[in-house]
This record gives sequence, C-alpha cells and structure tokens, in this order.
Amino acid sequence: MLKKLRIAISTLLLGLVTFYFLDFASLLPDHSFGWLAKIQFVPALLALNGVVVAVIIILTVLFGRIYCSSVCPMGIFQDIVAWFSRRKIFHKKRKKRYKYHPAKNILRWSVLGITVLAFIGGFTVLLGLIDPYSAYGRAVTALFRPVYMEGNNLLESIFTRFNNYSFYKVEIVLLSLSALIVGAATLLIIGYLAWKQGRTYCNTICPVGTVLGFLSRFSLFKVKINLSACTNCGSCAMVCKASCIDVKNHQIDYSRCVDCFNCLESCSTHALGYRLPVGSKENPTKSQPDPQKRRFLLTGLATAFTIPAALAKDKLAAATGDSNHIRKNPICPPGAQSMEHLSKHCTACHLCISRCPSKVIKPAFLEYGLKGFMQPTMTYEKGFCNYNCTICSEVCPSKALSPLTQEEKHKTQIGRVTFHEEICVVHTEGTNCGACAEHCPTQAVTMIPYAKKEGLTIPFINPEICVGCGGCEYICPVRPYRAIHVEGNDVHQQRKEFKEEKKKEVVIDDFGF
Amino acid sequence: MDRRFFLRALVLTGATVTAKASDGLEILSQTLDSVTASPIDIVAVLGGEPEVMFKRAITEMGGMGKFIKKGARVVVKPNIGWDKVPSLAGNTNPKLITEIIRQCFAAGAKEVTVFDHTCDDWVKCYKNSGIETAAKAAGATVVPAHEESYYKEVSLPQGVTLKSAKIHEAIVNCDAWINVPVLKHHGGANMSISMKNYMGIVWDRRIFHSSGLQQCIADICTYSKKPVLNVVDAYRIVKTNGPQGRSASDVVLTKGLFVSQDIVAVDTVATKFFSQVRDMPLDHVGHLANGQKLKLGTMDVDKLNIKRIKI
Repeated sequence: MLKKLRIAISTLLLGLVTFYFLDFASLLPDHSFGWLAKIQFVPALLALNGVVVAVIIILTVLFGRIYCSSVCPMGIFQDIVAWFSRRKIFHKKRKKRYKYHPAKNILRWSVLGITVLAFIGGFTVLLGLIDPYSAYGRAVTALFRPVYMEGNNLLESIFTRFNNYSFYKVEIVLLSLSALIVGAATLLIIGYLAWKQGRTYCNTICPVGTVLGFLSRFSLFKVKINLSACTNCGSCAMVCKASCIDVKNHQIDYSRCVDCFNCLESCSTHALGYRLPVGSKENPTKSQPDPQKRRFLLTGLATAFTIPAALAKDKLAAATGDSNHIRKNPICPPGAQSMEHLSKHCTACHLCISRCPSKVIKPAFLEYGLKGFMQPTMTYEKGFCNYNCTICSEVCPSKALSPLTQEEKHKTQIGRVTFHEEICVVHTEGTNCGACAEHCPTQAVTMIPYAKKEGLTIPFINPEICVGCGGCEYICPVRPYRAIHVEGNDVHQQRKEFKEEKKKEVVIDDFGF
Repeated sequence: MDRRFFLRALVLTGATVTAKASDGLEILSQTLDSVTASPIDIVAVLGGEPEVMFKRAITEMGGMGKFIKKGARVVVKPNIGWDKVPSLAGNTNPKLITEIIRQCFAAGAKEVTVFDHTCDDWVKCYKNSGIETAAKAAGATVVPAHEESYYKEVSLPQGVTLKSAKIHEAIVNCDAWINVPVLKHHGGANMSISMKNYMGIVWDRRIFHSSGLQQCIADICTYSKKPVLNVVDAYRIVKTNGPQGRSASDVVLTKGLFVSQDIVAVDTVATKFFSQVRDMPLDHVGHLANGQKLKLGTMDVDKLNIKRIKI
C-alpha cells in the first residue's frame, strides 16, 4: 500500500516537472505550475524559502526521506533506471539482487563539506552541478527538450498537411555544447550507478541526501524489523536499492533509507513494518556517535568561517576579445540584480532557459568565469528579450532571479547599448536602414539625420534609457560583427525615465488631401 | 447606369445635405462626380468605428463580391508586428479585421487565412494584439509565420535591388489577398503603410535593411500577386517613435480609413492625412516615388477619383 502510494506520487511529480521543463508552448501556465520547481530543496534553501525548507525538514523528521523518494526528480529517475535494470530481459540467468553495503560516510560528508565550503567561497557552481534537481533540469533541457520539439515538428508537418494548425513548428537550437556535454555526462554517470546499484548517487554524492539522511536517523516513523518474526531470509536486503538493510545484524541504516517501502512487501513473514518506535523494546543497539565524523565537521565549519571574504569577491575573469564589436561584459537575465547575486544563488537548473519564450537565455560557458559555469546568460542570436515579458524572473526557484513586475522590468537596465558607426550600413553602404531603432522599445536608439550624407539617417544612442533587451543587436543586418550591441551591466541599474511628450488631444476633422 | 447605385447616391446625398447644410454643396458635387465620372479610385472615411467605416467604404467600392470570388481562398494580412494591445496602435485594429473577414465569407470565400511575420515574439503578438481571437471568432484560420520553412522563394523580375524573396506560402497559394496595414510613423522608412506592410509576408527582412530599405519596399511590391484591396487602418495612429511607439503619448485617435486598389495612391493619401498630425513631406517617404517609378501606382492623387465620407 505504502509502496503503491509512493509510486503514484513519484510518477505524477516526475511527469509534471519533466513536462514543465519540456513545455516550450507554455501549456502549463507558470502561475499555476511554478511550484513544481519551488518545492525543491536546494533552490528553496537558496531562495531562503522558509516554508518549503521547513516542510521538507519536518517531513523528514516525521517520516524519513520522503523528499528523496517522491519529490526529487533525479531520485525518481534513478528508481526508473533501477526498475529496468531488474527486468528479466536484461538478466538471462536470474533477477538482479541488491545486497547490503556499509555506509560510505567519509565520502558523503567530505562531498557535503567541500560543497558547503565552495558555496561560502562563492562557488555555487559546485552545488549546482551535484544538486539532483538542478542536474535533472539541465539534462531535460539539454537532452530531452530537443527530442520533444522534434516530435512536435513531426506532428506539425502531418497536421499542417491537413490544414490543421494545432501545432506549430519550432526551431531547435543547440544553445551550448558544454551544457549538452554536462547534461549527458550527469545522466550517464548517475544512470550507470542506478543501473548497477540503485540509489548509490543519493547516498554517496548527493548533498541533499546526506543532509536529509542525517535528519532521517531521528525520524519518528521508520522501517522496523520485528526480530521475533524475522527468519533471516534476506529477501528484504535483496530489494533494497539503498543497500541499507544489514540482515545479519538486523540493522537498518536510516541515513540511507529513502522510504521506498520495497522491503515491506518483500517480507513473507511481515517482520518489517513502517511504524513509530515502540517504547523500550526498540533498538537493541543504539549506534554510537562517530567521533571521526564530528571532528571532520568541526574542522570543516571552522575552515569555512576563516576563508577570506576576498575570495568571494573574486573579480570575474575578463573575457578576452580582440575586437571592439564583441561583447565584453556578459548580460545576466532580468531579475538577477547583479552578476554576484546570480553567481551566488543560481544552481543552473536551466528552468529560465526552458521557459523563456524568446530563446534569449543560454547556459554560460566561461563568460562569467569558472564561477558562473552553466549559469544563465543572455544571447541575442536567435531573438531578443521581450519588453513585456517577466517569465524567467517568475519561474526561478532559487531567487537567483527575483520576480519582477512588468513595470519593474520596463525600468530595469540589464545592459547598455553600444554603437559602432564604422561598420553600420548607413556609413558603409550609404543606405537607409533603421532596423535597430525600429526594434527599440524605449527609443534608446533613434534615427537622426546623417551629417555625412544628405537624406540618410543614422542610429543615435541614448544608453541612459536603454533596457538592454537586445532588439537592436538581434535585428542588425551587419555581419560578422553587429554594428550595434549590448554590453551587460555587472550590477543591474534603473534606466533613466524618458521624456514623455504630453499627450495632446488632436482632433482630426479633415482628410488632408 | 446602375440604378441601385444611383439611388444609393441620391439617398446619401440627400441625407448628408440634410445633416450638414454647410458642407452640402461640396459633398453634393463629389457625389455627383462619382456617379457620372470614372469608377472610384480611393474611398476615404472619417469619424466612425473601424467596422462601421469599413462597411461604408466597401459599399462605395462596389461590395466585397467585386474583389472576392465565390470559393476563393483568401488571405487577410494585417500588421501584427508588435506585442502591443490595440489601444497602443502598434498593430491593425482587430475590429477592422473581424469585419473584413466577415465580408469575405459573406462574399463566398471558401477560407480566410490570417498571418503576419512579427517582430516581437509571434505568440505574444498574435495574442495581445487581439487579432488571433478576433480572426478565429470570425471563422478565419490563423497560421504561424515564424519559421523559414513556411516561406517559398519567388522571383521579382522587376525589382531594382531585390531580385527574389521568400514569401509566406499562404500568400503564394491564395486566390486573393487583402492588405490591411495600420498607419504609423516609422523610424527607418519614415512611414509604415500598405507598401511597408509587405515586409510581413517576407522571411528575410535584414536584406531590406542592409541593401536600401526604400528601394526594397518598392521592389517587394512588384510581386506578381497584388492585393485585391489595400485597407489602411487609421483609426488610431502612432505619430512618433514608430513603428512600435513606446507609450500611449505616441498614439492619436484619428478615426480614419482608406481603401484602394492603388497601393501607391492609398499610401500617398494616408501620408497626407498623417501630415495633419505631424509634418511628413512625401519625398521623405522614398518608397512612394520608387513605387511610382516601378508603375505600381500613382502619387498624383489629385487626378484620382477620391470618395470622401464623413460619418
């Protein structure tokens, strides 16, 4: 019963969150499905979302690692891989069995320690790389989303042939090779571990697993072995994908148990139960505190606080560029506040990239330096940031992008326009163009009479009122470098108000011809 | 002489004279002109709601049936370029689109298709312009135009600079199309009206900008399949900071509508109309003269038979 419930909830949540990432057409509206990402542990922690963090912790203290079993998409993904690995077709001789392994506590706590230290030192990138939710998000965005879009295009071509326009074609763009490699590598490694030995990742590398595992040792409800009914047959250990049931000593390592409840159904004598500890009869041997681990934690904590703050303020590596026409300062998405804020809070789950309707956010390679590897950065190759759109800031689960209202977005300057007359077609070809001014929502780019040739107009820029949307850069016809482009602001600014002409009441009562 | 036409003219004349005695003589003479002289080249309507003005205009033009044949596959091509709501006038008025579609079906059109190659994100443009909803409600098919594969290469033998272009398959495959621009200031071409609206049926517009906008606009209008009607929406116009406008202060409520088969002429009268709000000499709108040179129409609108109606 418990197992069935677990499978039902997990399947539903995994399905929803996966589709939320795939869903380029916004079939799941953000205002009613944004919670799918916001209930994830690490993003909630970074967003200082007290409610979600408290709920997950209370759930864990009451019932164990429910989060790991039913909420974490990477956890559920591993369960699916493990389920397939145990199907007969893959094993000619006999069904695959799990067996008990001792906990790899040094490894777990070391990984957690290093991750925490790196985070304090400003390298959120490490936490982002191993956070299971973010890793899953990246994999879906880089690998599954293009497949989903390809499927859509196939359906589109069939339906359109019959004059049905329910589907529309989408352009599939490889935004970042590095993101593809990272996504594929993560999925392959975790998938391989899951195939071989179930939830290995969760109990060795995953920092969430280590933290919640620690808490779940004290949880109220636990899987208990009734010694009088147990026949030492070991069938429970054979189905335990966390490898945490030590049949010989009748011990269960609760720090690794992910509440999958597979063991409950496997026991023919019903010796296993998920229940409250029952008074004094409970636990013949209480586990002793591990002095080594304590010492390690203490040292780690001490080091963390003595790390010079200067390290955190490490200047971003200046991107090299020999040309005047290449972007030198990367642009972070609206709501990021500053590069520093983004780099500290973003776990690179790529939800903003998936949900952006204008395809203007891509994973950074080294644009922000190593610290910002895989974090979102703006690109105006395939589109420009829609003036009225605030989606990325709304969906971000870790508040690396804080929600903006449309009015706030209109005022936020993520970058400033720069113009290079020497390569502009008005100068080089002597023709009228004006594409940049046409696309500028604030008229930070306008066309003024060109002094060097009668009758032509040339762009004139007013970076003070620019929002950095990249409309000008996107549409500029000059190649290989654009004659107009946006340079990112390290710290986002408020653009200056533009002078609004007073709305005059004009009454036109004549044709004029 | 068409008796019905004569009677209608008579009734209209009578009504106008009664309503507006001061303008009576002028309007009387024009009406008589149109009855006795050559067919109407341009209908200009002032002072009504978009759908009301169009109803009047198309009646004056001889009814939709004159332009749309029974069983025809029709495209109605508005300007849906920007993610703007109707009150900001970045796009054609949806009420006008509804009325045009309705009349196409009434004339026996088999299907009516609506699209535009937008500048902003097309999903947002279609939605927030109100045109997608309006067109679908009127029974039209709204098709996407954001991908190159929807476009087909056509040659433009008369083009001066532009010798070929990729045009949306809906236009390439249709029997008749109606060009429905909105009257706007434009930072690059100075005015955006019927001729400029052609850029929304084309895939690669960067080449227009890089090789001479005013000539390329005229060149694309030489495409062999001309619109059966150009309907210029001047209900609200963007007078400054076009083609998008950045706030409501760029928009003026002018309540105008111009209909003609002559694309250069209708853009010329629309520019003159615009000049009443903001000075816009015709020679600043280079594509008009370029279009005239390519024999797409005439800028000499004084020689045309213009039907002026005030509602």
